[in-house]
Amino acid sequence: MTENNFGLKKIEISVSEAEKRTGRNAMNMQETYTAYLIETRSVEHTDGQSVLTDSLWRRYSEFELLRNYLLVYYPHVVVPPLPEKRAEFVWHKLSADNMDPDFVERRRIGLENFLLRVASHPILCRDKIFYLFLTQEGNWKETVNETGFQLKADSRLKALNATFRVKNPDKRFTELKHYSDELQSVISHLLRVRARVADRLYGVYKVHGNYGRVFSEWSAIEKEMGDGLQSAGHHMDVYASSIDDILEDEEHYADQLKEYLFYAEALRAVCRKHELMQYDLEMAAQDLASKKQQCEELATGTVRTFSLKGMTTKLFGQETPEQREARIKVLEEQINEGEQQLKSKNLEGREFVKNAWADIERFKEQKNHDLKEALISYAVMQISMCKKGIQVWTNAKECFSKM
Amino acid sequence: QDLILPNGGTPAGTSSPASSSSLLNRLQLDDDIDGETRDLFVTVDDPKKHVCTMETYITYRITTKSTRVEFDLPEYSVRRRYQDFDWLRNKLEESQPTHLIPPLPEKFVVKGVVDRFSEEFVETRRKALDKFLKRITDHPVLSFNEHFNVFLTAKDLNAYKKQGMALLSRVGESVKQVTGGYKLRSRPLEFAAIGDYLDTFALKLGTIDRIAQRIIKEEIEYLVELREYGPVYSTWSALEGELAEPLEGVSACIGHCSTALEELTDDMTEDFLPVLREYILYSDSMKSVLKKRDQVQAEYEAKLEAVALRKEDRPKVPADVEKCQDRMECFNADLKADMERWQSSKRQDFRQLLMGMADKNIQYYEKVM
Repeated sequence: MTENNFGLKKIEISVSEAEKRTGRNAMNMQETYTAYLIETRSVEHTDGQSVLTDSLWRRYSEFELLRNYLLVYYPHVVVPPLPEKRAEFVWHKLSADNMDPDFVERRRIGLENFLLRVASHPILCRDKIFYLFLTQEGNWKETVNETGFQLKADSRLKALNATFRVKNPDKRFTELKHYSDELQSVISHLLRVRARVADRLYGVYKVHGNYGRVFSEWSAIEKEMGDGLQSAGHHMDVYASSIDDILEDEEHYADQLKEYLFYAEALRAVCRKHELMQYDLEMAAQDLASKKQQCEELATGTVRTFSLKGMTTKLFGQETPEQREARIKVLEEQINEGEQQLKSKNLEGREFVKNAWADIERFKEQKNHDLKEALISYAVMQISMCKKGIQVWTNAKECFSKM
Repeated sequence: QDLILPNGGTPAGTSSPASSSSLLNRLQLDDDIDGETRDLFVTVDDPKKHVCTMETYITYRITTKSTRVEFDLPEYSVRRRYQDFDWLRNKLEESQPTHLIPPLPEKFVVKGVVDRFSEEFVETRRKALDKFLKRITDHPVLSFNEHFNVFLTAKDLNAYKKQGMALLSRVGESVKQVTGGYKLRSRPLEFAAIGDYLDTFALKLGTIDRIAQRIIKEEIEYLVELREYGPVYSTWSALEGELAEPLEGVSACIGHCSTALEELTDDMTEDFLPVLREYILYSDSMKSVLKKRDQVQAEYEAKLEAVALRKEDRPKVPADVEKCQDRMECFNADLKADMERWQSSKRQDFRQLLMGMADKNIQYYEKVM
């Protein structure tokens, strides 16, 4: 739980519980889903006590809706990612089942983390819809949809087109895009290999458990060696079962990496927006330029560019000066409009770049800090694993020495 | 660990160690020392490859130091190959059938899987051969066997071997085995118990061997994954600015872990597994000695019965039956004595072995930390 400024009050947010529910979906079919309890507490400055102000249940799809909304309305912000929809990078012990209690628990933590990140973001935390998400249980979905944000969303196709055709994007964004691609690829690889490593390590520890049984059986036929063997066997069992906790802790580390894997996608979204805006700008500038040229041609009478009017003129004869005047006037209006638009687009574009880059810098610092901590805690986990290993084998050795 | 220590203590006590920590163990075993100081030291070392037209083989140097009267010189150094050891063992079995003869490392190696001339294989074998000779040296009866003496001292063993073959054909061995014909009705309790014990023992050891092999296999597979895991952190660190150093650090640590793990698996393969195998072979040979003992008893009982059936009124038992009885009783006594010795040395060996295993694992974790 962290504190943040929300309006004037400091609040604490937690996703405290998860519950299996059954209900009917949009197609009136029965379905099972998990609902999560979100509790909001406000902390009074004076005595530091926290009071429960709101508590409501949300399901994963509502979190998704919230995030999609934020993506549309804050394209210059690196929007925190949600925990994964389906379990990926599993190693054999974890099931890929969404109903699996371990998965649900880790998701609960992930969702809490998401809310905390949004709440601690200087821009996002002020959003009304976010506030309502935390406070208004019924009708929230309708409220969000009423904003019409889906309409405002850029089409995928448009974005893709812009990415390929843009001529002059800000170099920093291009670099950032490359970075986020590589980051995504390297973390995916890392998580995949880590899952395999975990699998193998599990095997190594578990097989030692077989020693426990054999030592026990062997000790039955021995006289002096019996006790030593028996107690050593017990330690082997302890060793074998210790791996379960160790690997569970490691899952937490994997989750931290996963968050940044998904953050890479958010980074890319910001880059795409920039490319889209830049492309738009370039197109508008191009359009304006061509209109200006047309106008000039009409005024001077020289035809340098191909135009339908030019063709028809050739075929059907020259147009009258009045007609020409009219056309020039229209074009001049359009050019004026175009110049206004270009100016505002330019301004928009620059604003976007400035704001986006500010948030990206903020993000970079957050990332460095978080990942450093994640790596440190991973190292601590490993050390603790080694210490446990030493403990068990030392105990076993002592048992053997008594044989 | 490279110290080839001469045996301290007594014949009844310890067997050969491979590490210096066992020196302490042996010195602590006061209950086993019965005042005798050791007067025979044997070591196997210095393997050398010999390439001849017909074959290629390895010889080992056998160094003997002794103050015993049976040895003309105080010190000997000879070269022997595996075949010679095999010959020695057969001779010992023939000449001392009532005793437990230590096992040799396996004769045949699956070609293609193991390289007979690889350093590891030769070293493993050398250790096992060294153990073999030391066990014989420890034995109060076997160590005085004349074949053993010749093995340790003769310049030309082959000549002696041929001679021995000729002798054999002329004079039957005095304690030759009875071949077939006699079936034992029931094994006396104590020997039956030994038989049962050996069966279970060999079974358990077999299981432990399989478990150990499985662990090593899993550890190697774990190692393979680790080897891929580490470099990914390096790749990542190349992308980053501030995080580059910690990421590179993690990568280096993982590399470190990989090395330590490899050492662990190598050690286990070289030191742990061979001892298990040796004891399994030992159990097998012991069981066959038990069977021989059964044969002797069977012969005795059969002859006794035959005498009883003849319904002769003699209070005195015929000579040959008596001889049988003697033989049987000798056998039993030798066997019992050997079993006791074996048990205590086995205890020592396993204690060391398992402690060694624990130690290795502890060292691994210490290195990895």
